[in-house]
Amino acid sequence: MIKSLDPRITRAEINLENTIEPLRDLDQWETYEVFHQKKRGDQHMHVGIVHAPNAEMAFIFAKEQFGRRGLSVNIWVVKTRDVYVSDYEDSDIYETVPEKNYREAGGYKVMDKINKFKKGL
Amino acid sequence: MNQKTTEAIKELLYKMADDLLIIGHRNSEWTGLGPILEEDISFSSMAQDKIGQAQALYVLLNDLGEQEPDTVAFMRNANQFHNSQLVELPNGEYDFSLVRHFLFDHADQLRFESVANSNYEPLAKVARKVKGELKYHVFHANTWFVKLGSANEESHNRMQAAFNEAWNYALGMFEPSKNEYLLIAEGIFEGEETLQEKWLANITPFIIKAGISIPSSETWNPVYGGRVGKHTKHLSPLVEEMSEVFRYDPTAEW
Repeated sequence: MIKSLDPRITRAEINLENTIEPLRDLDQWETYEVFHQKKRGDQHMHVGIVHAPNAEMAFIFAKEQFGRRGLSVNIWVVKTRDVYVSDYEDSDIYETVPEKNYREAGGYKVMDKINKFKKGL
Repeated sequence: MNQKTTEAIKELLYKMADDLLIIGHRNSEWTGLGPILEEDISFSSMAQDKIGQAQALYVLLNDLGEQEPDTVAFMRNANQFHNSQLVELPNGEYDFSLVRHFLFDHADQLRFESVANSNYEPLAKVARKVKGELKYHVFHANTWFVKLGSANEESHNRMQAAFNEAWNYALGMFEPSKNEYLLIAEGIFEGEETLQEKWLANITPFIIKAGISIPSSETWNPVYGGRVGKHTKHLSPLVEEMSEVFRYDPTAEW
């Protein structure tokens, strides 16, 4: 038995001979993604995950995990497996050919026109 | 406020504060040993809330002429505590701790609700301040209680056994106090009997939802005594452990 300075540990009568058992089903619950809102009207920000057996319990855990410090008015929890995740191997889909500057706001030289218009006044 | 009313208020404050301090300490014994990390953090955090609520009430007692909050919390002997015996019982397995959390927190929430409109403004103010904390504690308790009561055979049987064990102690929370008629008359507190009725009405829907049976009423046998300093053998070691560091050097600054 483990004897500890912490009386709770001693009371728990933990046997040192215990071998570590492999994880069984239900040893781990699935994960929920947590989105936290600081004040009404703000966007919900992703802040982390919690393990839980259902959404209601995910919420009670998320509240203490992520909502107990600072400002909070609202929390969303979403099952991790309900989140569609894009593949990092496909990161190249976010790249774009630089020559298409007609698609960028900066591609339009309008200041000349504006200045000309102002002078015209 | 006359002397008799003051005594009655102190009686009320002591039972509320001592309940919270002792259950706060008991629940904190789970810190680091909780069933999963997230629950460990939530349960510990609520235990801290309860100690904070106890402290706020000890401050009110101090304002009424009692000793400093730390002195009151750490320098009394077990037989000077006014908590119900329910809160001093050892944690047992997590099922018992959850059932006690459910039974106690519903009563505690109602007690604070009852004094939120009290004619004794300092207590009403504390009650309004802790409203949100209590709402979360009760929500947490309901969620676990219903979930485990109805999950599978093992969890149901464990919850039912814990419930049967806790029941008469839970009824003991509503032990009448000798001066409470004064508080009722002055609109400070509605009294234990009314509180127990409201408590039963509040917990019953969750008990039904959890599929738990309340012991039949002819077997009810409330465990009284806690409010007048009569305790189980479990309180003394708790008080000793809780106050060990403080008593080592009562003048130390923290």
